[in-house]
This record gives sequence, structure tokens and C-alpha cells, in this order.
Amino acid sequence: MSAVVKLEDIHRIYDSGEVKVHAVRGVSLELHKGEFMAVMGASGSGKSTLMNTLGCLDRPTSGRYLLDGVDIAGLDRNELADLRNEKLGFVFQGFNLLSRTTALENVELPMLYGRRRISHRDMQERAEHCLEIVGLAARADHFPSQLSGGQQQRVAIARALVNNPQVLLADEPTGNLDSKTAVEVMGVFQKLNEQGITIVMVTHELDIAHYCRRNLIMRDGKVVSDVQVTDRLSADDELRKLHAAEAAAKLTA
Amino acid sequence: MRLRSTLTVSFRALRRNVLRSLLTALGIIVGVGAVIAMVSIGNGAKSVVEAQIASLGENVLLVFSGSFNQGGARSGAFGAGTLTVEDAEAIKREVTTVIGVSPEVRSSAQILANGLNWSTQILGEGADYLTIRVWPLSDGVMFSEADVRSVGKVCVIGQTIATQLFPDGSAVGQVLRIKAQPFKVVGVLAAKGLSVQGQDQDDLVIVPYTSAMRRVSKQTMLRSISVQASSPDTMTLAQNDIVALLRQRHRTAEGSDDFTVRSQVEIAQAATATADTMTGLLGAVAGVSLIVGGIGIMNIMLVSVTERTREIGIRLAVGAHGREIQLQFLTESIVLSVLGGTIGILAGIGASELVSHLKGWPTLVSPTAVVVAFFFSAAVGMIFGYYPARKASLLDPIDALRYE
Ligand SMILES: Nc1ncnc2c1ncn2[C@@H]1O[C@H](COP(=O)(O)OP(=O)(O)OP(=O)(O)O)[C@@H](O)[C@H]1O
Ligand SMILES: [Mg+2]
Repeated sequence: MSAVVKLEDIHRIYDSGEVKVHAVRGVSLELHKGEFMAVMGASGSGKSTLMNTLGCLDRPTSGRYLLDGVDIAGLDRNELADLRNEKLGFVFQGFNLLSRTTALENVELPMLYGRRRISHRDMQERAEHCLEIVGLAARADHFPSQLSGGQQQRVAIARALVNNPQVLLADEPTGNLDSKTAVEVMGVFQKLNEQGITIVMVTHELDIAHYCRRNLIMRDGKVVSDVQVTDRLSADDELRKLHAAEAAAKLTA
Repeated sequence: MRLRSTLTVSFRALRRNVLRSLLTALGIIVGVGAVIAMVSIGNGAKSVVEAQIASLGENVLLVFSGSFNQGGARSGAFGAGTLTVEDAEAIKREVTTVIGVSPEVRSSAQILANGLNWSTQILGEGADYLTIRVWPLSDGVMFSEADVRSVGKVCVIGQTIATQLFPDGSAVGQVLRIKAQPFKVVGVLAAKGLSVQGQDQDDLVIVPYTSAMRRVSKQTMLRSISVQASSPDTMTLAQNDIVALLRQRHRTAEGSDDFTVRSQVEIAQAATATADTMTGLLGAVAGVSLIVGGIGIMNIMLVSVTERTREIGIRLAVGAHGREIQLQFLTESIVLSVLGGTIGILAGIGASELVSHLKGWPTLVSPTAVVVAFFFSAAVGMIFGYYPARKASLLDPIDALRYE
């Protein structure tokens, strides 16, 4: 099976005037369909930079990036935009929703910029379906300011899903969430992954990384560890355990 | 992205901040409104001036006593005129391109009829006067050449006199007294209404100039002579001949003339030129405010682009092309300015209606001005929206997303 994502010796040097920051120093890796990888590492180790490169938001300074067999170096700004629109779903480190725009409209956004024509009603149906996947169907008409952090994060995930991406990229999707909500989000990811979507997510938390299939650890812009997870956790099980524990706590209290 | 989605996105953005959208468009509203109102007022003035000049008559040349020097000041007042009846007769006799001549004297007098009193203007004119002025009668006839020669006690009266002094029944055949002398009314003039200056043009009595000079005001000199040329083509010729003739008779040379010959066309040109200048000036001032309005839009759009940098970043990140972002912001500013333009046009029409209602000034909404103002405001939106829109479209998605 050919790789969905193939990085060959990727470097990214930020050159802002006098200081040059070498954020990513030679990363090579392959991702196959259906993989679920966590990227970990200390702050400043280049995780977000790598994610932005994977998300075609940023171009590597050197190295080759093949997405679905296509070398992105040969694509112009608009072609990259189309690629982001059709093949990639990105969940940003902040939620980055449009405020003063309902959850539903936020989820519809990528479809507005799709090259295929979609009727307004189809757009709405698809957006509603994606909100259902993340368990927010009832909140479609709410504005981001009316949603909790976890709910906003799930709207962002729904938005990333709406164009049926091949790869879902999430930069610290659980970073701002309490542990229970984080497990809920991981549940959504696991479900999507089981449906065949390739997922890459950044996390600082080791236990969150345990819900993934593969763990990549970065240090100073380099990959220092890349292992398959053996004792993978199931979000459903963990949630059940949590509920049980809560119930027990109430009983004893 | 298709046009409809762009419009949807733009309208959503504008609707989200109705007050700001209105304030942004306010500059355009005021600008366009001012242009429309000013041009309407200017045009109204012009149309009245034109109508009045047309009412001077056909192919008319006016010979005045006194001369207009370069500064526009007039030497030799109408009262102490320099034109004589003989001058008028000579013009009629010797200038072949002239078909009608009417010497004119003017005075004011108290007139009396049916025991009613009225103070009005007495015009002494020749028998050709109404033909030259193309002024129809509503009743009766004009006095004849014979009446002029015989210093007849006959008169033609304006509508105002007819209604004031002869409220019941026809005035024709009745007698009115001017300075205690009876004059028989032979005709009643058709109504003309108010002049631009607000004067009642129907408040007058016309008598033969001979009668006016000998029976009414004892004047010996003419105030002016109205001359009718045979056709528009002969006007210049007639004008030159009259000037030459009068110079010979008055023994004056160019530069020291004690008379002035003006053609209707010259008078019309001078008057409409003044009106045009006024319209132009008013329009220009209003146009400047339109540009100021445009700058206002640009200002707000720039603020809006900065404020919405993250939004732009999100749109770019999910696949918007730079062109679509540009289109979105351009659409917003065009929608704003066109909306402002439309409201401004309505406001301008309303304002000019109000002015004509309150001040009694005639106004004429110019369809050209409306169309031009509409497209101009759209253009303002496009021009002043272009830079902010372009700026937005060139943003880098990552930088835009990171923007705080
Ligand atoms: N736009 C930029 N210009 C200059 N330097 C940058 C820029 N973005 C990131 N860097 C630098 O590149 C390095 C890697 O940054 P990056 O954001 O990839 O780290 P990270 O692993 O995501 O950290 P965190 O866990 O805190 O999010 C850092 O040293 C950072 O200062
Ligand atoms: Mg980061």
C-alpha cells in the first residue's frame, strides 16, 4: 500500500531578519491510510511547524513532501488551497472558529470554497451530519461564544471533516480541555479512524497519546522516537470507567 | 467560490454590524444626496432661465440705451435714455433683415376701473410687440399700427389686471383710467406666471408707445427697442446693421457707444452659463464629499481587514483562494457604496423636493445625475475597496491565523 503522506528530509528554517530559527531539521516519515499518530515533544520542538507543513499551510525550506503521491513543491498557492480544501482537514491549536457565525455556518465554510458545486441544502445537510458525528447536532444554531471549549473544539473537528478529508491534522486538539472532555474528543477521533481516516495529532499528554496507534516524539526539530502503541486505550472503555468512578464517588460521598 | 456564496458571505458580514455598515455608507449617502440635490436645484434654475429666455420671443434683438462696459457696469441709465423713436423708425426702415420693431418705454402708475384701484407697470410698446415676444392673447386683439400713429387711448392688459379690476365678466371693451385718462381695453394677455425673481409677469398694462410718452409719462426717450429678425440666420446680420446704423445716427464709435444691442442667444448664453457654472460648482463641491465618503469606506474596510485577519486566515486555511477573499471584501465595499448611493439618491430627491417646497425654488431632478451618481458610487466602492481587498487577499494563511 502506498503512503498517503511521505516526508523526505524536511527542513524548515524561519528566517526573520537576523535570527534564523531552524525549527525542523530533517524529518522523514511515511503515513499510511488508516494510521493514527500522535506527535509529542517539548514546547518549541517543532511540532506545530511540522503540522503546518503536513497541512500544506506552509512550505518546507528543503525536502520533499508527497501528499497522495503528489509533490507539493510543484503546486502554486491556489492549488495548495484546493488541496487543503479537498484532502486535508485541519484542527487548529486555538479553535479558530468564526465568531458571530453559527456552528452550522462554521462547519459549512470549507464547502463554500470547494471547487465542486454543492446546493445550499446539501451543504446544510452535510454540515448537520458532521455536527452529529461530533455529538453537537442540537447546538447547530449556537454561536461559538455560546459553546463550551470542548464544544467549540468539536465544531472545529466537524469543520475539518465536512469535505471528507483523507488526512485529519489536529494541533493539540485536547490542549484546552479537561481530561474527561479530552477523552470524549479522543473517542470521536477513534471512531473516525476506524472509518478509515488517517489522523495526525499533536499532544503534550502521554495518556492522550495512548489512544493513538503510533507515537512520534520530536526534540529540537528532529524525530527521536517513532513507535507503535502496544497498550492502546479505548476512549469508550475509559469513559465507561470514568462514569462508573463518578457514580461510585457519589455513592460514597 | 461562486458569486452567490461571495454575496452571501459579504451580506452576512455587513448584516452582523448594521450600525457600522450604515455609518460607513453615510459618507456616500451624504455625498450622493448632495450631488443629486445640488444638481437638481441648479438644473431647476437653469430650466426656468431657459424658459424665460425663450419667452423673450423669436429671433429677438434687444437694443438698450446706455452701454455695458467691460466690467458689466452700465453707463447711462434707462431713464435718461439715448434712444429715440426716430432710431426705432430708422431701424425698421433701413435694416432689411428686420421684420418687426417695437420701441419701449416703461413707467409705473395708478390705474382705476370699476371703482377699484391698482398700482401697476405701464409698458409703452409698438403694435408688433406681442408678435415679437410670441405672447398670445387670451381675449380680444392687440392694438393696431393706426392706434400707435393716432396716439390712441387703447390698452392690452395682463391677466392679473383682468382679475383684479374686472372680476366679473370680460374686460375687453371696458374702460380703465391711467392718470385720469380713459383707456379702452382691447385685449387680455395670456397668463405667464411668475418670473425667476418671483415677479408677477401678468401685472402690467401695455399701451401704444406714443400714448405712453405723451399721455402717461411725458418721456421723450426710449428705454429699449425690441427688434425681430426675419430668421435665426439673419440675426447676426441684423445685429451688425443695427449697430452700424445707430453709430451713424448717434455719431459714436466702437467703445464709446451709448447703446447696446444684445441678441436673445447672447442673453440666453450668458444666463445659462451662469446657471451652468452654479450647477457645476455645486456639483463639484458635492463630488468632493463623495470622494471623502469613498475614503471613509476605504478607512473602515482597512480596519475591517485588520480586525478580521484571523477570519481571513481561517478562510484561506480551509481552501479559499486569494481572489475569493479579494472578491469578498470588494463586494462588501461595493455593496456598501451602492447601498449608500441608492439611499443617497433617494435622500437627494427628497431634499430637492423639500427645497422647492419650502423655498419655492424650482428644482429638476436630472436622470443623468441619478445614473451617474449611482455608477460613481459603485466606482467609489470599487476603487476605495480595491486596496483593502487586495491587502486581505495577499495575506499568508499561517501569519493571518497567528495574528492577535
Ligand atoms: N513564524 C515564526 N517565525 C520565527 N520563528 C518561529 C515561527 N514559528 C515558530 N518559530 C520557532 O520555531 C520553533 C518551533 O516552533 P513550533 O511552533 O513548531 O513549536 P511547537 O513544538 O509547536 O511548540 P508548542 O508545543 O509550544 O506549540 C520555535 O523555536 C519557535 O520559536
Ligand atoms: Mg505548537
